[in-house]
Amino acid sequence: MAGGMASASNSAGIYKGRAGLLILPSWLVIGFFLLLPVCMMLIYSFLTKEFRGGVIWEFSLAAYDQFFFNRGLFGDEPPKIEWTYITIFWRSLWQAGLATAFCLVIGFPTAWFIATRVPRHRTVWLLLITIPYWVNLLIRTVSMKFLIRDTGPLNEFLLWLGMIGEPIHLINTNLAVQLGLFYSYLPFMVLPIYASAERYNFALSEAAADLYAGRWTILRLIILPAVKPGIIAGSILVFVPSLGAFLAPDLLGGAKTFMIGSLIEEQFKGNAGNWPFGAAVSMILLSIVMTVLIFYARNQTRREAL
Amino acid sequence: MKTLLKCAVAAIALTGFSGLAQAEGKLSIYHWFEYIPQELLDKFAKEYDVEVTMDTFDSNEAMLAALKAGKMGSYDVSVPGDYMVEIMADEGLLDTFEPSELSNYGNIQPQWLDVSFDPGRKSSIPYQWGSTSFSVNRDKFKGDINTTKLLFEPPAELSGKINVLDTQGELLTLASIHLGIPQCTSDREQLKALNKLVQDAKTHWASFGSDTAKDVLVSGDADLGMIWSGFSAKARNEGANIEYAYPKEGYIVWMDNVVLLKDAPNRENALKFMNFLLEPENAAAVTNFAQYTAGVTGTEPHLSDEVKNSPESNPPAQPVGVFVQACPQEVQVLYDAIWTNLKK
Repeated sequence: MAGGMASASNSAGIYKGRAGLLILPSWLVIGFFLLLPVCMMLIYSFLTKEFRGGVIWEFSLAAYDQFFFNRGLFGDEPPKIEWTYITIFWRSLWQAGLATAFCLVIGFPTAWFIATRVPRHRTVWLLLITIPYWVNLLIRTVSMKFLIRDTGPLNEFLLWLGMIGEPIHLINTNLAVQLGLFYSYLPFMVLPIYASAERYNFALSEAAADLYAGRWTILRLIILPAVKPGIIAGSILVFVPSLGAFLAPDLLGGAKTFMIGSLIEEQFKGNAGNWPFGAAVSMILLSIVMTVLIFYARNQTRREAL
Repeated sequence: MKTLLKCAVAAIALTGFSGLAQAEGKLSIYHWFEYIPQELLDKFAKEYDVEVTMDTFDSNEAMLAALKAGKMGSYDVSVPGDYMVEIMADEGLLDTFEPSELSNYGNIQPQWLDVSFDPGRKSSIPYQWGSTSFSVNRDKFKGDINTTKLLFEPPAELSGKINVLDTQGELLTLASIHLGIPQCTSDREQLKALNKLVQDAKTHWASFGSDTAKDVLVSGDADLGMIWSGFSAKARNEGANIEYAYPKEGYIVWMDNVVLLKDAPNRENALKFMNFLLEPENAAAVTNFAQYTAGVTGTEPHLSDEVKNSPESNPPAQPVGVFVQACPQEVQVLYDAIWTNLKK
C-alpha cells in the first residue's frame, strides 16, 4: 500500500498494479476474435484451392498469382499484369474516399451546429442523428433502393415538380452505391467531430477575432486544428468500412459493380468459390489499410515531436 | 450465497433437461428462399410435435459453399436442384435411406423414381420441378419473345433493362443453349465463344439478382428478367404484365429435391418431414404456393385453378427443356473461370 501512496500524485497510479488484469478481457476478445481469424486468413491465402469451396493443405502462391497476373482464360498464356483486381481496388478506394469527403462536407457543419447549441438541445440533436440508425443497415439499404428506382418516389416527386423531364436513372449505378455508402456512414463522421468540437474553447475564437483574424482564418488556423482529431477519427471510421462494404454495391449497384467487399464475399459464398483467393484479397486490403494508418501515425508522432 | 448457488444449479439442470426434451422434437431445414408456405411448416410442427427452424439460401452453389464451410451437422434436410444432388452425393454430404423408411414412397411419380442424379432415389425425394427461362414485360416489348436472343443479344429497347439470375450453372447453361454448344464442353473455341457471349451480353444487363428476380419485374426496374417459371407466375400474379418465354433454342428444366443430409442431428424427424411432403395434399400446398409442379401423384384435386392453368406450369410440347449437367472438375474450373471473368 505504501507504493500506492507514493504514486498518488499521478491519479492513474492507483490502478497500476492491476493494469494487466484490466486489459486481459480485451486481449482475450481481440486475440480470439481478431488476431486468430486474421492469422487463419493469412495461412489460407497461401493454400491450394479445393474444387467447389474449401482448401487443400498444400502451400501455393496461386491466389496472389491470380491477383497480379493474367494468364488468359485457360491459364497457359504468358503472364500479363492483371488490371481487373487493381481496378476493383482503385474503384473501391475512390468510392470510399468520395464517401468520406461527402460525409466530411455534410458532417462537419452538422457537428459544429450541434456543438454550438445549449447543452440541453445538443442531446436532442444527437438523438435525431442516431434515429435512422436504429433500423438495420440492410433494411435501410433496401429502402433506399425503393426510393431511388426509376419509378420510385424520388423520381415521381421531381417529375411532379417539373424539375426533370424523364426519370433520373440512379439504380444500379456507381452513384447509387456512393449514395448508399454516404448515407450508411454519415453518423460515424458527425459523432467524433462533435466530440472534439464540444471540447473546443470558444474563447480562442474570440481571442483570434480580437486579433483581427477573419472568419476563414479562424476556421483554418484555430478551429480546424482543434477538431482535427475528430475529423481524422471520423474519416477513418467512414473510410475503412466503406472500403469493405458489400451491401450497397450488391443492392444498389445491382451486384455488377464489384467492390472489394463483394469480390471477397463472392469467393466464400458465391458460385465459383475460391477461399485462398478471397483470403489473399483480404490480406492485400488489410496491408493497404495498415500501411496508410501506420504511415499516418508515424507522421503524427513526428509532428508532435517537433 | 448458498441458496443462490443452488438456484443456479437447478436452473442449469432444468434448462439442460428441457433442452434435451426439446432436442428430440426438432427439425432444421436449409431451404431456398420463398419456397415453402409457413402454414405447411406449422402444420408439420403441430402434427408431429416438432420444433421447426429454417435457414434459406439463394443458389445451389451458395448452399454447397455454406455446407462445406462447416454447416454440416447443423441441418437435417436441404433442397438442392438436380445436378447439385449429384455433386453433393459425390462430395459425401448425403445420407441414404431405404424406401421402406418412407410410407409414402409409392406416391413418387414413376418418371421421377429412378433419376440420373440420384439413381434409385437413395438420398432424395422430389420436391418440385419447373423450368428456367426469362419473362418479358409486354407493355415494353411487343415482338416475338421465344428466342434466347432477347437475353444474350438484346434489341436496343431492352438493353440496360435486363436482370439475370445470379446462378452460374443456369446462366452459363442457357448461354450454351443459345450458342448451340454442348454442356460441359472442353472445346477451347466453344468456351472462348461462350466467354465472349456473356461478356458482350453483360454490357446490356442492368443487374445480377436471384432473390430480387421477381421484384425487379414487378417494380419495372427490369423489362426482361431471367427467372424460374413459378417465380414468373408469382410476378404476374403480383401485377406485372409479363409473359414467360419458351425459347425455340431451348430452355432449362430442373427438379428440386429434398435430401437427407449426412450427420443430420434429427434423422428421424427429417424422414418424417420427407414423408409428410410426399403426401399429395402437402405437395399440392407447396405447388399452390411456389407455382411449380410437384413430382407426386394425386395432387390434382388439391391444386388451385391459378396454378393448373398458368402458362408457366404448362410448357408446350416443343421445344423441350434440358437439365443442367454437373461437369467434371477439369471442365468445371473453366466454367468457373468464365464466371469469375464475367463477374469481375
